[in-house]
Amino acid sequence: MSSIDVTLTEVAATLVLVAIAVAVSRWRRAELEADLGIAVLRSFVQLTAVGYVIQAIFDSDSLLLVVALLAGMVAFGSFTARGRAKGVPDALGPVVLALTVAAVTTLGLVLALGVFDAKPRYLVPVGGMVIGNAMTAAAVALNRLADEIGGSRAAIEATLSLGATSRQAAAGAVTRSLRSGMIALVDSTKTTGIVFFPGTMVGMLVAGAEPVDAVRLQLILLWALLGSVSLSALIATGLGYRGFFTPAHQLRDAGPR
Amino acid sequence: MNLFDLRNVSASRGGRRVLDDVSATIRDGATALLGPSGSGKSSLLRLLNRLSDPDSGTVRFEGEDVRALDVLDLRRRAALVPQLPAPLPGTVADNVRYGPSLCGRDADADACLARAGLDSSYAERDAAELSVGEQQRVMLARALALDPEVLLLDEPTSALDEAARDGVERTLAELARAGVAMVLVTHDRGQAERIASEVVELHEGRVVA
Repeated sequence: MSSIDVTLTEVAATLVLVAIAVAVSRWRRAELEADLGIAVLRSFVQLTAVGYVIQAIFDSDSLLLVVALLAGMVAFGSFTARGRAKGVPDALGPVVLALTVAAVTTLGLVLALGVFDAKPRYLVPVGGMVIGNAMTAAAVALNRLADEIGGSRAAIEATLSLGATSRQAAAGAVTRSLRSGMIALVDSTKTTGIVFFPGTMVGMLVAGAEPVDAVRLQLILLWALLGSVSLSALIATGLGYRGFFTPAHQLRDAGPR
Repeated sequence: MNLFDLRNVSASRGGRRVLDDVSATIRDGATALLGPSGSGKSSLLRLLNRLSDPDSGTVRFEGEDVRALDVLDLRRRAALVPQLPAPLPGTVADNVRYGPSLCGRDADADACLARAGLDSSYAERDAAELSVGEQQRVMLARALALDPEVLLLDEPTSALDEAARDGVERTLAELARAGVAMVLVTHDRGQAERIASEVVELHEGRVVA
C-alpha cells in the first residue's frame, strides 16, 4: 500500500470550510459558533494526541500496549454511553460488559479467521471503530429502553400482575430497544456506496489504494461492525433492563415527580 | 382466616408518603377500599400483590407475611386487574392463556370469558381492536384464568363510559355473589355498596372506618 504526506498547511486550508459553517451559524442565528470553535479545537488536540500515541504503539510493536489502549477506549466509551443513557439506573456495568464483549469477540474472530494479522497497525484502528460503534449502539439502545419502560409502566405492571418475571414483562421493551440500537448501522450498510462512501474506503482511495482493495476492506469492516454492534446492543439491553426492577420483580419507583 | 392483615403499614410513592400507619383487616368475601383520589387506596392495593413494598409495617396474606411467599405465586393467588386495560399483543384468547402459560398451566378461555361477561366469539378477536369496556372484561377474564383466591380490582370501571361501567359492575357483583373473593378499589360509594359486603374507608393515607 502506498502512503501519502499531508502537510499542516493543507489541514489549515480546510479551515475555510469551517469558516462557512461559522458564517451559516451566525447568519441564521443557530448559535453554534462557540460549539464549532470547541469542536475544531478538540478534534485537533484529540486527534493529534492519539496520533502520537498510535505512532508510539506502532513503533513499539507491543500487543500489550494495544490491549491497554483498547481497554482505555472501552472505559472512556462506557462512561460516554452511560452519560447518554441517563434514564437507565445502574447502566455502567451492562455498558462495560457490552463494549468489552463486543471488542473481544469481534477482534478475536477477525484474528482467528485470518482476516487481519495480530499487529498494532490493524488492531488499533479496527479496535477503535469496533468500540466506537459498539458504544453508540449501546447508548442508543439504552436510551430507547428508558423511553420504552418509562412509557409503558402500567402495561409492564399489568404483566407482572399475571405472575410474569421482570424479564418476561420487559421482553417487548428490550426487543424494541435492541432493534433501535442496531437499525442505524443496518440501514447505512444497506445504502453504503450509493448514498455515501464510508470513511475507510475514502481514506484508502485518497491514500492511493486500488479501489478493489478499498472496497474489500470496507466490506470486512462493515460486516464485522454488524456483529459487534448487535452484541453490544444485546448485552446492554439484556442486562440494562434489570436496573428498572427489584429482585422481587417490582418496577422500581420512578422517583419524585 | 382473614384474607389480608395490614399492621402499621406506611408507604410512599414518588417520594411522597401515601399510607401513614395503616392497620386494617380484609376478610374473605368482597371488600371495597373506598376513598377520594389521593387517599392511598390504589397504593394499598399494590402492596397486596407486592407490586410495591411498604416502608414499614407488615402485610399478611392468609396469615403469612407476603415477603415470605414466592412473589410470582402470590400474584397468581391474588390476581390484580389494572385501572386501565393493558392487553398484550395478540388475540383475546392469547391474553387469557398468557398468565396460566407462565406456570405451565392451560386455561379454558371460553369459560373465563363467560365469567367476565364476554361470549366465545371474542376469543379469536384482536384484543387491541376491542372497545375499552370490552378490553377491561378481557383483563378480568385473564385474571380469572389464573384461578386466583382473590381478585384485586384497581378502579376497574373508572376508564369506562356509563353503559360499560354498569355492565362491568353487574358482572363484578355477580362474581361476588357467586363467592369470588375480591378487593375493590373505588371512589364511588354507590359502587362499593352495590358490589362489596364490607367497606374499608381511606382518607389521606389513613383508615377512617
